[in-house]
Amino acid sequence: MADLRNNFVGIKSPNPFWLASAPPTDKAYNVERAFKAGWGGVVWKTLGEEGPPVVNVNGPRYGAIWGADRRLLGLNNIELITDRDLYVNLREMKQVKMNWPDRALIASIMVPCEEEAWKAILPLVEETNADGIELNFGCPHGMSERGMGAAVGQVPEYIEMVVRWCKQYTRMPVITKLTPNITDVRKPARAAKAGGTDAVSLINTINSIVSVDLDNFAPNPTVGGKGTHGGYCGPAVKPIALNMVAEIARDPETYGLPISGIGGVTTWRDAAEFLVLGAGNVQVCTAAMTYGFKIVQEMISGLSDWMDAKGHRNLDDITGRAVPNVTDWQYLNLNYIAKAKIDQDSCIKCGRCHIACEDTSHQAITQFVNGVRHFEVMEDECVGCNLCVNVCPVENCITMEELPAGVMDQRTGKPVDPNYANWTTHPNNPMARQAAE
Amino acid sequence: MGTTQSGILGGRLPLADYETNFSDLHPALDRHEALVASDRCYFCHDAPCMTACPTSIDIPLFIRQISTGNPIGSAKTIFDQNILGGMCARVCPTETLCEQACVRNTAEERPVEIGRLQRYATDIAMKENKQFYTRAASSGRRVAVVGAGPAGLACAHRLAVKGHEVVIYDAREKSGGLNEYGIAAYKSVDDFAQSEVDYVLSIGGIEVRNGQALGRDFSLSDLAEQYDAVFLGLGLAGVNALRIEGENAEGVDDAVDFISALRQSKTKADIAVGRRVVVLGGGMTAIDAAVQAKLLGAEEVTICYRRGKEHMNASEFEQDLAASKGVTIRHWLQPKRIALKDDKVAGIELEYTTLVDGKLTTTGETGIIAADQIFKAIGQTFEASGLGSLAFEGGRIVIDAEGKTSLPNVWAGGDCVVGGEDLTVSAVANGRDAAEAINRAFAAAMPRASAVA
Repeated sequence: MADLRNNFVGIKSPNPFWLASAPPTDKAYNVERAFKAGWGGVVWKTLGEEGPPVVNVNGPRYGAIWGADRRLLGLNNIELITDRDLYVNLREMKQVKMNWPDRALIASIMVPCEEEAWKAILPLVEETNADGIELNFGCPHGMSERGMGAAVGQVPEYIEMVVRWCKQYTRMPVITKLTPNITDVRKPARAAKAGGTDAVSLINTINSIVSVDLDNFAPNPTVGGKGTHGGYCGPAVKPIALNMVAEIARDPETYGLPISGIGGVTTWRDAAEFLVLGAGNVQVCTAAMTYGFKIVQEMISGLSDWMDAKGHRNLDDITGRAVPNVTDWQYLNLNYIAKAKIDQDSCIKCGRCHIACEDTSHQAITQFVNGVRHFEVMEDECVGCNLCVNVCPVENCITMEELPAGVMDQRTGKPVDPNYANWTTHPNNPMARQAAE
Repeated sequence: MGTTQSGILGGRLPLADYETNFSDLHPALDRHEALVASDRCYFCHDAPCMTACPTSIDIPLFIRQISTGNPIGSAKTIFDQNILGGMCARVCPTETLCEQACVRNTAEERPVEIGRLQRYATDIAMKENKQFYTRAASSGRRVAVVGAGPAGLACAHRLAVKGHEVVIYDAREKSGGLNEYGIAAYKSVDDFAQSEVDYVLSIGGIEVRNGQALGRDFSLSDLAEQYDAVFLGLGLAGVNALRIEGENAEGVDDAVDFISALRQSKTKADIAVGRRVVVLGGGMTAIDAAVQAKLLGAEEVTICYRRGKEHMNASEFEQDLAASKGVTIRHWLQPKRIALKDDKVAGIELEYTTLVDGKLTTTGETGIIAADQIFKAIGQTFEASGLGSLAFEGGRIVIDAEGKTSLPNVWAGGDCVVGGEDLTVSAVANGRDAAEAINRAFAAAMPRASAVA
């Protein structure tokens, strides 16, 4: 059995599956249920400063997009941080941590961008025996309009400043949660590191309008005839999150900075992908909100079974393993040549590969051969783009086959060069020519 | 070339037809089909399918594990509750259990294919001979299990996991019980029952003694003396008699013997079957016999049942299966007399029945159906000897909620107990639960410090 125990910046949990700061972690009741179901840790729903708590809308807070069979693919929410009294939350956190000493309990915090505000709340949180804090610099709706959440996360200087205050006023590990609503996620990550953060977590939700009610001409979810942008999450956002995690994992300036991966983790496989791209653990929300806390059982067994099958003993064996293989486009091997190949035995003759190639790509797949419908790759036209593989409804019917070195590429009429060569040295690259001179 | 000659003959069909006719009833799902089928599961909370399963398999979890590409983890979820999950996937009447409970029925009258998905996962794990369980340290306790059928095997496996030594006694030559001898051939192809027995026994710590019959070779009191506990997982060896004229004539056979002979024969063409066959009964045995008679090339096969369609024990799916194979099912007909010609079966005279004040009565009208073979499938009885003073009720063994019988250290489950449901999956649940009860009893009897339950 693979060892799934997680040690994230010194915070220990029995597995790498934490619940993200969100509605599922707003109360002791929910969190206790989550721990009973097997979650390794929770990031408690974001605490605000002392005083009257925020209020939430009392109409719909969520919108969604679905597959044809109502599989939830993306969720959008306009709920704010906790609307319960700070001291109620702190009391419950302390009790829960006492009941579940082996699980991770992290406090998410969002207070105004003033030193005094942070200085005031940190000792209160410390008193709960929470294992760490997460700075919510990501929430894209409501709070950002008040100068908090994403409004801080979009300004690297603010991030650095707040992280520095936190490191100064608490002994607890600091995890800085980043917003994806920014052009280059490396900038806030570098700022967090400069401020001394112990880790970053990402992504928070993405600004979105999930759909529009065409009868009432208003965005969904519609509250009294009006809608607003919300935070998008769920399976649909995973590719964006994976890229942002990888960007930080391979940035020389933030290389080695621990990352808690968030964004659409629904199955063990999603989690494994975040881990190998450099995440030390993952945080989950939408999957739990869709299927209930029991979903973690599938994630735990699936990750463990996969690790066993591949001989990976513990999380350190896999964390970051794919990072060296993430590179910039300019370093991809231009002498690597692959051609699509259609397995005629599994082809169902739908013609989608042909029309995708014919209409939108390189006219490299036949429609008729000897007057009969027959789909076959013409190697002298195929650039190896992989579009046909992606549109084919039959898994493994079309595969990309690497041309071995020395074999003639019928498209170019040249044999495959065995040597690695990329754009930086390519004759067509004006920059390369300059460098050569 | 086959033959339509009258009488009871083998080789009624061209040879190639036998293979087609006796191939897998529900072919295995391939990977893509399994992914599409699993995608339909809603991962219901407190899932009705799980409640409907006598062994309480966590169906939503195992299906989700298939959908996330983890069939091995899925198989473990199944085997944790039901070590015979492979056979149950093939023979369970899912249409009256898990699949009937599926919430998809409400919206679209098409449940998630739970049975076939269960087979998909268990097939993969068993093909890889993936072993999920290891034995606990030896407890030094020895348990005798009588009957190597579903109840006995499930009990023995769970006991072995707990570290106890098990000896299984079975009267038959092969282990498996009804899985080996009592299920239609097209539900268990490729000798699956024996592969499953081997898979279950590979846990270790289980010795099987075949050809050992209770009452003939040993008695319950012998076992009680030699072992720390005994589990009785006996099948129903007796067959109900028709008690009508001509019953002993040549051509009147027990359906269970026919089904068993079919399972044991390597070449189905050797199995003799009548040109015109009548099957008496309304349960799964009647359907299995009738369908297979038809598949062997019988020209005309009629099931006669003495009550209405709604009273049949065979599920709707099984009735439809029989109809689709060309079997005629007739209701409200009770056997009156076997008609003979030259001492051989020539037909059966039946009397129409009706319900009067809820009581089955004959109407006095009769009719004759021509037949050269008649199968009796009107129920089986528990016929065991060597059980000493064990308490019975209505011919079956009395047990309490824990599966314990009236005698100390003797447990029982499966078809032989009061309330036995004549289902593989229920027998598995009985055996498994009795093993847990035996383990608890051992733990309770031990000094506190070393109790392991």
